[in-house]
Amino acid sequence: MIQFIIRRFFYVFPAFIGVTLLTFSLIHLIPGDPVELRAGERGIDAVRHAKLKAEMGLDKPLTVQYLKYIRGVFTGDLGKSFVTKKPILEEFLTLFPATLELSFCAMSFAILFGLPAGIIAGVKRGSPIDHTVMGISLTGYSMPIFWWGLLLILFFSVQLGWTPVSGRLSALFWIDTDTGFMLIDTLRSDEEGAFKSALSHLILPSIVLGTIPLAVIARMTRSAMLEVLQEDYVRTAKAKGLSPLRVIMVHALRNALIPVITVIGLQIGVLMAGAILTETIFAWPGVGKWIVESINRRDYPAIQGGILIIATVIIFVNLAVDLVYGIINPRIRHTR
Amino acid sequence: MSETIAIPRNPAPPDTPLKEFWKYFSENKGAVMGLYVIVFAIILAVFADFLAPHSPFHQYRDAILQPPWWLEGGNFKFILGTDDVGRCILSRMIHGARLSLFVGCIVVTLSLACGIILGLTSGYFGGYYEAFVMRLMDIMLALPSLLLAMAIVAILGPSLKNAILAIAIVVLPHYVRLTRASVMSEKNRDYVTASRVCGAGPLRMMFIVLLPNCMAPLIVQATLGFSTAILDAAALGFLGMGAQPPTPEWGAMLANALQFIQRAWWVVTFPGVTILITVLAFNLAGDGLRDALDPKMKR
Repeated sequence: MIQFIIRRFFYVFPAFIGVTLLTFSLIHLIPGDPVELRAGERGIDAVRHAKLKAEMGLDKPLTVQYLKYIRGVFTGDLGKSFVTKKPILEEFLTLFPATLELSFCAMSFAILFGLPAGIIAGVKRGSPIDHTVMGISLTGYSMPIFWWGLLLILFFSVQLGWTPVSGRLSALFWIDTDTGFMLIDTLRSDEEGAFKSALSHLILPSIVLGTIPLAVIARMTRSAMLEVLQEDYVRTAKAKGLSPLRVIMVHALRNALIPVITVIGLQIGVLMAGAILTETIFAWPGVGKWIVESINRRDYPAIQGGILIIATVIIFVNLAVDLVYGIINPRIRHTR
Repeated sequence: MSETIAIPRNPAPPDTPLKEFWKYFSENKGAVMGLYVIVFAIILAVFADFLAPHSPFHQYRDAILQPPWWLEGGNFKFILGTDDVGRCILSRMIHGARLSLFVGCIVVTLSLACGIILGLTSGYFGGYYEAFVMRLMDIMLALPSLLLAMAIVAILGPSLKNAILAIAIVVLPHYVRLTRASVMSEKNRDYVTASRVCGAGPLRMMFIVLLPNCMAPLIVQATLGFSTAILDAAALGFLGMGAQPPTPEWGAMLANALQFIQRAWWVVTFPGVTILITVLAFNLAGDGLRDALDPKMKR
């Protein structure tokens, strides 16, 4: 097992270096002079240009620049935003809880509905239920989620008035953001109704962000169930006279879950990409919206830092998924 | 007792590959439906100039935010209504089909061509070259595709051309990995050894001997790649990083829709439905293709 963990860690290293190379080269690939870009449209004289260039470290050889960049990355110094002049890491960390909270709720929604739907579709193969579940999940999989968000706003917020259109919390409340997770912060505060408000703001974005993972989980659960239900041990369990529910929930599901957990882990990347669109539609103050704004403002340090952190998070989530996979499925440790 | 076995006089000739393929493909009703939708979309795209009732760019200043014909205030001049500057939504959607299919074609062609070359060479030559290519692809897969595409657009500047390039780069790893995996499994077959013994050079080995036998999964992935390309292009258009106004691109048509969500639901609804139906059609057809081309599924 330890050998497996060590080997898996060695896969992480080149990926991480590669990502730093990618984000490092970003600033050099932009057409035009990065110094003039930073100086803005007014333009600068040659002396100030040279000074700024030295300040940004762009007068040194590329390898030196890269090593300096790497040292910054490891000490948490990702540079300062062109626009707000605040350190990138600090900006990211204040916004990240919002994205985490949304992603967590979206994933819970996807698992809560996707898993049972997949199990039922697998057990009742070929039935109308199966066809309905598969039809819906293929539709969900094909959904342009930015439009799906607009549609849900149109129906539930504008027509029915059930949910708020955007944001994380009604402007009526003022909550101290200790943890950054609105659900926890509102629970801890004394404001009445604040928790309900935070929850109602979360519903639509979670559905929108959870739609594609939901479809993927339902499809994967169904096919895993179909495979497992044909196994000998399921037949044995049935022959022993166990109730069908016990056979499905205990004997079949536990083994069917192995590929499903992998797929759930792989959806983290999908969630991060989805968060970019979802947060833009719902004006959700998270890292996805921040990255879009940074790109529109040409705030290159922010783009660089944001991409680097998100990619690193995903690399480590994938590592965690692999390790969990190795624990629940001992067979994987010995192959490869 | 004697038993006679009737031997048919004229045994039916075996089906041609195309016929056999169609037999399996047409069993899947969803896939056939998807194919019809794709054909319909292609017809719309090709004959957009004749089919669209109006120009997609012309602004009818006297008919701003006019509802579809079945609602009060709507008429047959603008069947699906008009947008905020009085452009015919139906016409823009028909011309958008041209753009979306074009994006799909270019992205799939580019990524398929590069993916095949990289996958074939790395699978065939192996060694450090293979390790380098595959690690590079792993890094690209570590980033969410939309984020990577946005980063590329951030470097190149927002336009439809750059969006196409970005999406083609982003989907590349799938084709490379798929081609390499097929090459690895085919490489040690007898027919490959036979042609090597006959003296076939590396180019011939890769493109004439190996490639045709690796095509089935690639065809499926290419079909599914259309849906990814259309979705991603629409998402970039929506974020203002793809097609720029006034281009009638489906995603870009939705970019400002949020402002009119209270007054004009048709501006929001129709372009999205079109994206959904088109993407769904490609996914259905892709699933059908996989079932028809996968030998394991054949009975």
